[in-house]
Amino acid sequence: MNTMAQSPTAKRPAAAGAAAGWWVLALGWLFPGMGYFVTGKWIRGALVFVCVVGMFGMGLALRGQVYGFNTGDILDMLGWVGDVCAGGLYLVARAVVGVTVGNAYSVMGDYGTKFLIAAGLLNLLAAADARDVGLGRKL
Amino acid sequence: MTISHLTAVLLFALFASVIFGITLREGVREQVRYGLLAFAWFVGGAIAGGWLLYFLNPH
Repeated sequence: MNTMAQSPTAKRPAAAGAAAGWWVLALGWLFPGMGYFVTGKWIRGALVFVCVVGMFGMGLALRGQVYGFNTGDILDMLGWVGDVCAGGLYLVARAVVGVTVGNAYSVMGDYGTKFLIAAGLLNLLAAADARDVGLGRKL
Repeated sequence: MTISHLTAVLLFALFASVIFGITLREGVREQVRYGLLAFAWFVGGAIAGGWLLYFLNPH
């Protein structure tokens, strides 16, 4: 009986925590490292920021392809998904350089494309990890 | 901008291994250890793969 009475109240903090966790994930996606910053992990946040921004910037410097939303080739669609995972960096890149096809005549352009996609995927990985930190699942 | 292939490998390995270390392990010591291990595997794997392709088709 006592357990039944406590059960609804025990769920409230968890629900609030879950909502906060999604906010941490969203902030971490939008701004690399922000998920760790809001959970108080400053060094991790700074390292993630430097690595994701560095990798994304290197991808742009190597003239990698910035994908736009498309329903064409499966690799193009997956490339867009990877780019979008970079969050705010992708939005800025789209605003500044737009959708690009990259430098198809140089292997450096292909490297750049992979750098851009990998930066997005690493950013999402870090944002998901920051969510776990925010929820107390990880130190 | 143009960089060497080895520089590209080293940069990719550095950025990826730092984030792998942070996200996939707990505790600073374990994170640093795993990050160094991931870096070694990235770089070593790329160099080993390059030599493998060379021996498969040296011309």
